[in-house]
Amino acid sequence: MQSKNLLELAGAISSGAVRVVDLTFTLSPDFPVIVLPPEFGQAAPVRIQEISRYDGRGPAWYWNNVTFGEHTGTHFDAPIHWFTGKNLPNNAVDTMPAKDMIAPSCVIDCSAEAAQDPDFVLTVPIVETWEAKHGRIPARHWVLLRTDWSKKGWRDYSNLRDDGAHTPGPNPAVMKWLVEERGIIGFGTETIGTDAGQAGHFEPPYPAHHFLHGAGRYGLQCLCNLDQLPATGAVIVASPLKIQNGSGSPLRVIALVGSN
Amino acid sequence: MLQRCEACGAFAYPAREACPSCLSPALAFADAPRLGTLLAETTARVPSDVYFRERAPWRIGLVKMDCGPTIVAHLHADCAEGAPVRMSLQLDKSGQAVAFARPEGETPNMADDRQWREMTADPKFRRVLVTNGRSVIGQEAVVALKAAGVKTVFVGVAEPWRPFAGEDQLRRQEGVEVVTLDAADEKSAADLAADIGGKVDILVNTTEYVRTGGLLDRKGTSIARDEIDQAYLGFINLAQAFGPAMRMRGADGINNSVAWVNILSVYALANWPAFGAYSASQAACLSLSHCLRAELRPGGIKVMNLFTGPVDTEWFQTVPPPKVAPRAIAQAIVSGLRGGLEEMYVGDVAEEIRQRLAANPKALERELDK
Repeated sequence: MQSKNLLELAGAISSGAVRVVDLTFTLSPDFPVIVLPPEFGQAAPVRIQEISRYDGRGPAWYWNNVTFGEHTGTHFDAPIHWFTGKNLPNNAVDTMPAKDMIAPSCVIDCSAEAAQDPDFVLTVPIVETWEAKHGRIPARHWVLLRTDWSKKGWRDYSNLRDDGAHTPGPNPAVMKWLVEERGIIGFGTETIGTDAGQAGHFEPPYPAHHFLHGAGRYGLQCLCNLDQLPATGAVIVASPLKIQNGSGSPLRVIALVGSN
Repeated sequence: MLQRCEACGAFAYPAREACPSCLSPALAFADAPRLGTLLAETTARVPSDVYFRERAPWRIGLVKMDCGPTIVAHLHADCAEGAPVRMSLQLDKSGQAVAFARPEGETPNMADDRQWREMTADPKFRRVLVTNGRSVIGQEAVVALKAAGVKTVFVGVAEPWRPFAGEDQLRRQEGVEVVTLDAADEKSAADLAADIGGKVDILVNTTEYVRTGGLLDRKGTSIARDEIDQAYLGFINLAQAFGPAMRMRGADGINNSVAWVNILSVYALANWPAFGAYSASQAACLSLSHCLRAELRPGGIKVMNLFTGPVDTEWFQTVPPPKVAPRAIAQAIVSGLRGGLEEMYVGDVAEEIRQRLAANPKALERELDK
C-alpha cells in the first residue's frame, strides 16, 4: 500500500468518514473481575491510589498509582495464558507480532438468543447460518460474539450463582472449527471470559482458551459497543501493554468502521 | 481494682507508697469487692473544667466501700444517699479510669442514664457501620447490634455484583442498610464516607481475610499482598475516610460518635507459624489500632480491640476445637461497647494466649511452633 492511501485513511478518521468505535469499558475498581474458587490465586482487582492532586503531595500535578491483574477490565489474552500455548514461540504480550494487533472482524449477533438463555452456546451451525448470509469467515479475522451482555448491570453481567457464572460463550466444536477450518486470529466476547460461564464443564474445559491459545491465537473479553459494528468489514485495533512475559493485559480496544 | 496490702489485707485508696494500716510497702493492685454505700451526693452546676461545664449539671458523690476506703465517684441518676451502690472503674472520654457508682440492683432503663452513657459506648439508639457484611462475623454482628437497640446498621458489602451466603436475610432486616464498601479500595471507602460519614457513631471493622501458611510454604507474595490490602490498607482507608468525622462528632449530642471496634486475631500478639503471614498482618493492624486510639482520643472516641483465637469459619476448617463461634464475637462486641472497654479477649484460646504471653513470652513462642 502506498503512503498516500494510508494518509487517506488518516484523513477519513479525522473527518469522521471512518468512524472510531471504542469497544472498551472504563478500567475501574467497580468492574467485575473473574471469580475463581477461593483456594486458587485470585486476580488482583483494579486499585487507583492518588499520588497527588494539586495538593501538598504535588502542588501542580495530579497522578495516580494504579495496580491490577493482567486479566482485569477489557483485556487481551495471549497464547501463554493457557497451558496449550505455553511452549509456542512469541506467545506473550511483549513478544507477539505487532502486526497481529490490527485485524478485521466478523461480528456474530446472538443477542436475541443470549437474552433468552444466559447459558447460550455458539455452535457451528449458527456460524454456518451466519456465513450463508455474510459470507465465509476469512482467515486472520477476529470473530466477535455479540450478546449485548455489556449492557447489563454488574450483578446480571457476572451472573454468579451457587454453581458458578452463567454467561454465554462458544462450545468446543465451534472453537476447534473456527481455529482450524477458518484460521481466525482471535475470538472476542462481551462477557468476563472468552469462554462461557459454565465452560469448566465442557470437554475440553474452557474450549476457547484451549483451542485459541493452543494455536497461537488471541482472546478479547469484556468488550462493549459491539452493537455499533457491522457484521463484517470493521477493523479492530487491539494492542496490549508490553508487559514482560505477560499473559495478557487490560487495553484500549477500538474499531474502525467504514461508511458503507 | 484497688491497692491491697499484702501484709495485712487492707485496701487503700487513693494509691500510695505504704499501707495506711500497717505501713507495709507491699501494695499490689487487686480486685476489690464492688459494693459500697453512697454517703453524700452533690451536683456540680458550674464546673470549672471545660469538659464538665459542657455537660453540667453533673452528679458526683462520696462512696464508702464495704472493703474500707471512701471514694469520690461519678453517680448514676438512680443512686440515692444512704443506699447501697455497685462500683466499677470506667474509662472516661480521655481514656482515664474513673470510679462510677450505680444502684446495687437493676433499675428501669438503667443503661440509658446520661452520665453512664458518657462513660460507655452503648450501641443503643446509635448508628453503626459494620464494614463487611459478607462474612458470618459481620452478619452476626448486625443481628447482635440490632438486638442491642441500634437505630440503623449500615453494613458494607464489597463487589455487590457478587452474591453471598446470607445476603437475602441481611437485606431483609429492618433498620439495616446495605451499602457498597470495599475497605481495601481507597475510593470506595472515601465515597461511602461522603455519604454516611457524618452519621457513623460506631464503626465495627469486621474485615476478615484468613489464609494458612507462613513464609516457606507459600509461593510468592500475592497472598501476603491480599492480606495486607484487606487488613492493613483496608484499616488505613477506613480510618482516613471515617476517622476525622468521627473525631469531630465526639460531643454531638446524646447519640454522638463514640467508638471504633477492631476484631483482631490474638496471634497479633504472638506469631502462630501455621498462620504465620496472617499473624503478621494482624500484628500490623494491632499496631495501627494503638495509633488510631491516640489520634481519636482528642475527640473522646474509644478504640476497642477484640482478640479472638481461631473462629469457627471456613478458613479455620483444619484447626481442631476449641474455636470461637461468630455469634460469641458479635455478643462480645455489644458487651464491650456497653462496658466502654478498650480490650477484650473472646474465647479460651485468646485468654490463654494473653496469660501465657504475660507469664513467659519465649515459652509461648516455642509452644506455638508446632
